[in-house]
Amino acid sequence: MGSIGVLLVGRVFPYLEQELDKRYKLFRLWDYPQKAQLLSQHAASIRAVVGHAGAGADADLIDELPKLEIVSSFSVGVDMIDLEKCKAKGIRVTNTPDVLTDEVADLAIGLTLALLRRICECDRYVRSGKWKKGDYKLTTKFSGKTVGIVGLGRIGQAIAKRAEGFNCSICYYSRTEKRDSNYKYYPSVVELASNCDILVVACPLTEETHHIINREVINALGPKGFLINIGRGKHVDEAELVSALQEGRLGGAGLDVFEDEPAVPEELFGLENVVLLPHVGSATLETRTDMADLVLGNLEAHFLGKPLLTPLV
Amino acid sequence: MDHIDLSECRRRGIQVVSIGSLAADDVADMAIGLLIDVLYKISANNRRVRKCVASKPLNFTMAPKLGGKRVGIVGLGSIGGEVGKRLEAFDCKVMYHSRNEKPFVPYHYYSNVVDLATNCDALVVCCPLTKQTRHIINREVMLALGKDGVIVNVGRGPLIDEKELVHCLMEGEIGGAGLDVFENEPSVPNELFALDNVVLSPHAGAHTKESCQVKCDLVAASLEAFFVSNPRISVQNVIDERHFYPTFECLPASSGEPAYA
Repeated sequence: MGSIGVLLVGRVFPYLEQELDKRYKLFRLWDYPQKAQLLSQHAASIRAVVGHAGAGADADLIDELPKLEIVSSFSVGVDMIDLEKCKAKGIRVTNTPDVLTDEVADLAIGLTLALLRRICECDRYVRSGKWKKGDYKLTTKFSGKTVGIVGLGRIGQAIAKRAEGFNCSICYYSRTEKRDSNYKYYPSVVELASNCDILVVACPLTEETHHIINREVINALGPKGFLINIGRGKHVDEAELVSALQEGRLGGAGLDVFEDEPAVPEELFGLENVVLLPHVGSATLETRTDMADLVLGNLEAHFLGKPLLTPLV
Repeated sequence: MDHIDLSECRRRGIQVVSIGSLAADDVADMAIGLLIDVLYKISANNRRVRKCVASKPLNFTMAPKLGGKRVGIVGLGSIGGEVGKRLEAFDCKVMYHSRNEKPFVPYHYYSNVVDLATNCDALVVCCPLTKQTRHIINREVMLALGKDGVIVNVGRGPLIDEKELVHCLMEGEIGGAGLDVFENEPSVPNELFALDNVVLSPHAGAHTKESCQVKCDLVAASLEAFFVSNPRISVQNVIDERHFYPTFECLPASSGEPAYA
C-alpha cells in the first residue's frame, strides 16, 4: 500500500503520523506553502484524507481531489467535513466514536465538581497562603442537583449515568425524544435550561446546533445556573457567555472547548466562577492511541475491500 | 468528633449532639472531585490556560480514565459508602479496608491497608481519626500503592504520614494526591506547591451553602429540644427526619434523668 497517496490536513498525534508515513505515501498539507502546488503535483495520487477535530475536507478540497475515496477523521466530531458532498460523490467517511466516551464523560463531571465546589480556586487559595488568614467561603453542593443534558447520545448518556451516582435528576433536550429513556425530555433548550441547575452540552456540532447556547438559553439558566461545555466551542455564543459571566447573569461555566481554539477569551481569566481547560477531552495517550488505531484500521479495511470499522458515510 | 472530650462530657452529664452523616454526600463529592482533578490535571491545566493563552494540555503521565480503575476506600462508614456509590457510576472496581468486614457490601474487603494498596490504583481515605488510625497511610502503604497510584484524603490530616507523603511525591514513588486535610492546618508543606500532580483544598469537604443551612437548622432545633421542649421527649420528635439523619451522642446526665436516643 506504500504507493497509495494519503493527505494529512492537520497535525495529529505523532504515533498516527508515523504509522501513516510507514504504510502510505503521506503528504502533509503544511509542507506546502501553497495548496495549489500540492494539488498540481499530487492530487492525482491522493486517495484518502486524514483530518481531525479542527481540519477536515470541505467541498473545495473534495472537488480538488478527483481520486478521493475516503476521509478518515481523527475525532468523533466531523463538522469540518462536508458530509453531503461526500455522500453525493460516494466518498466514505469514518470517525472515532466510543473510544473517548468515558473520558469525556468523566471530564464533564470533573469540570462540574471543580466549578461548583471551586476546587481550582481552593487549590489556588491554599497555594497563595490565604488559608492562614481564614477559611475559603462556602461553595455550591453538587449532589442532588438537576442536570440538563443537550444531546443524549453516547456521551450524554455516559454523563447521565455518572450524575445519577450523585443522586442528580436528569433531564435532556434532543432533536427527537428518546422513547426508551426514563429521563425527562424538554422540546427546547430554553425550557431545559429553565428547569435545570447544570446544563451540559454534549451534542454534535451541526448547522442547527451552532450557537445552540445563546443569550436566551444563558438567561434561562440564570445567576444560579452553571454551563458545562465538552462539545465544540461553536455550540456556545462565546461573546454572550463572556458578557453574561461578567454581568453575573450566569452562575458559572466549565469549558473544555472554545470558538477559536487555542484562543481563550482573556476576560474570563480573572473570574473565579469559571474553569478553563485546553481541549483536554480526548487528550490521553491511551485514548489517542485507540483513536489512531481506528483511523489506521478504517483506512486499511477500505483499501483491502473489507467492511469499514466505524463508517459515518 | 475527635475535638470533643467525650469522657469528660459524660462525667459531667453534658449532652452532646453530633450531625453525624449529614454532610457525607458533600465530602464524597469532594473526594471524587479531587480524584478526577488529579487524574485529569484539571486545576493544573486551568492554571496553565490562564497564564498562557495558546496552551496545549499537560501530558498525562498515567491513563486518567476512571472506568476499570481499582479504587480502595479506607473506612467504609457513611462517607466511604457515598464514595463507593459514586465510584460505581464511573465503572470503578471498588474495594475497601475497615476495622471489620461489613456484611452485605458488594466490595472486596482487605483486612489490612497494605494489601488494599497493593491491589488498587487509587486510595480514598475517609475513616475517623483515632489512636489506631493515626498515620494509617504510611510509607509502606504508599510504596505498595506504587508510582501511578493516587491518594485522596478527605478524612483527617494525621491519617497520613505527611512527611512521608511529601517525600514519596517528590521522589515519584506515588503518582499524585488530592488533599482536603493536613496534619497542621492551616499549614501546608511548601514542597507541594510546585507540584502539578497534587490538588490542595482548605478542609472544605463539607462546606457547602446547602449543608451549612441544614447544620444551622439542626443546631437550632436541638437547642430548642433541650431548652424548650420537655427533655423527656425524644429529640427525634422535634427534628424533621426528612431533612437530615443525625447521630445523637446524647449522654445520660449524672442526675439519673433518662438519656434520649
